[in-house]
Amino acid sequence: MGMTIGEKIIARAAGVESVKAGEIHTVNLDYMMSNDGTTHLTVDMFHNKLKKPRIADKDKLVFIVDHNIPAENPKTAAAHRKMREFAKEHGIKFYEGKGVCHQIMVEDFVEPGQLIMGADSHTCSYGALGAFGTGIGCTDFLYGMVTGKSWVMVPETIRFNLTGKLREGVYPRDLILTIIGDVGANGCNYKVMEFAGEGAHNLSINDRFVLCNLAVEAGAKTGIVEPDEKVVEYVESRGRKADNLFVSDSDAVFEKVYEYDLSKIEPVVARPDFVDDVIPLSEVGEVKIDQAFLGSCNNGRIDDLRVAANILKGKKVHKDVRFIIAPASNSVYLQAVEEGLMEIFLESGAMVMNANCSVCWGSCQGVIGEGEVLISTGTRNFKGRAGHKDSKVYLGSAATVTASAIAGKIVGA
Amino acid sequence: MEQFTGKVWVLGDDIDTDIIIPTEYLALKTVDDMKQYAFSPLRPELAGLIQDGDIIVAGKNFGCGSSREQAPEIIKHLNIKCVIAKSFARIFFRNSINNGLLLIEHPTLYDVVKEGDTVSVALNDKITHNGVDYKINPLPDNLMEIINAGGLVKAMQKRNGLR
Repeated sequence: MGMTIGEKIIARAAGVESVKAGEIHTVNLDYMMSNDGTTHLTVDMFHNKLKKPRIADKDKLVFIVDHNIPAENPKTAAAHRKMREFAKEHGIKFYEGKGVCHQIMVEDFVEPGQLIMGADSHTCSYGALGAFGTGIGCTDFLYGMVTGKSWVMVPETIRFNLTGKLREGVYPRDLILTIIGDVGANGCNYKVMEFAGEGAHNLSINDRFVLCNLAVEAGAKTGIVEPDEKVVEYVESRGRKADNLFVSDSDAVFEKVYEYDLSKIEPVVARPDFVDDVIPLSEVGEVKIDQAFLGSCNNGRIDDLRVAANILKGKKVHKDVRFIIAPASNSVYLQAVEEGLMEIFLESGAMVMNANCSVCWGSCQGVIGEGEVLISTGTRNFKGRAGHKDSKVYLGSAATVTASAIAGKIVGA
Repeated sequence: MEQFTGKVWVLGDDIDTDIIIPTEYLALKTVDDMKQYAFSPLRPELAGLIQDGDIIVAGKNFGCGSSREQAPEIIKHLNIKCVIAKSFARIFFRNSINNGLLLIEHPTLYDVVKEGDTVSVALNDKITHNGVDYKINPLPDNLMEIINAGGLVKAMQKRNGLR
């Protein structure tokens, strides 16, 4: 019987010929990533709960400070210090102030066919390069750090056959929100969302990142775009290898198959407080906003900044709106500087932050107050996600966020 | 077979990790410091009312969202005996088992139970509510081994003869 991409990656990691959905396998991990959301807890457990603490392979570990950087209070500073010192002591790769963890992983580490676990739910992003990335908690991270292994139950795969191209003014963000709205917030619970077909191959690596990144918002264990020559080019141009380009066999078993014609996708927004409460942008009505955010592991890349700059050029951010922009990494930031995008942002009245998670996770930058409304390219719009429990978050594309920042209310570009 | 009875708190669908513990409290030093804020965006009074051995019953997709392990840890520290939901999000499910928190999936109990009701659970066998039995699917042995030991770290220590 044929295998899906997800099954092939798990079989490789488990060192077996084939696997099928429902089986439990012990797997070797290619990388493990942990950020400042929970690394201090893992370090505490390592020191306090283990009788013989040890690290299986330091070269497979990557620690990234991105959630509260720069530190906003002494408690955070202490958590960062714990992480920094542990990384130094054990020779673990350590990034601080360089960007959002998933962006750094895709820029510097991920190769197709790898199985990677990260102590962050959006680790599912690595499917943009044909890898299997999945989020875990810090106890699972500790287990992987000590043993180099973990266990997985092989998930079933739900296939999304994509055809055509997105129309001008419609973005991958609109596509993935439309899909999540259709299948529901747990519509792919414990599944692999596999994106394939010529429509998928028409998408850039950055576009694919957007799709895979939000797979967890449909409950999925991961999202994977069928890898192709664009993946090979991206990975090899960064001095890495693309030896394991897995595609699903023609007789692979999918739990379900969905068809999406990209040319029919419209701009959409997700309404508070659920990522699957998705409506056409044209039906959103009159929604005044207090803040707009462009950034996060979903939409802080150069394509998004270019879209925003195009819309902002020669215009001003609305007087009642704070428009906060956070590039996803320093390399994105630098490219935006070189392309002159920063000038446009600053002249328009936007605030540009360092590369970090920023407003998306409602802790260190641009927290919103009681009754305030945010339009965001962040990953989630849960109740209180960006600040006060009685604030509201709408999600939309970089274009929708930027146009709304100018208009002072939610509008299309 | 282990049996227990508890008073029920009813929560809805899609109870996410940011509701279980909002981001702003994650910087507190211990889970015991955080637990008073559990579920605060939805029901600020709830954490103060929960008593040892109570049971949470919820709808679909309980625990969706972030991988923050403080979410199941806090529920465990509130001495909630178990969470019964129509379905659980996968990262939360794994984190709960790893912290020794019992989760039970049941497709219809949520539709009939009311807050303040009492339910009895016969582990891996059935739930009883108002004299009606609801069959439950047993968890696999390897997961029960982890829950019974009180979490993954303790289970590994036990397995390796360190305890």
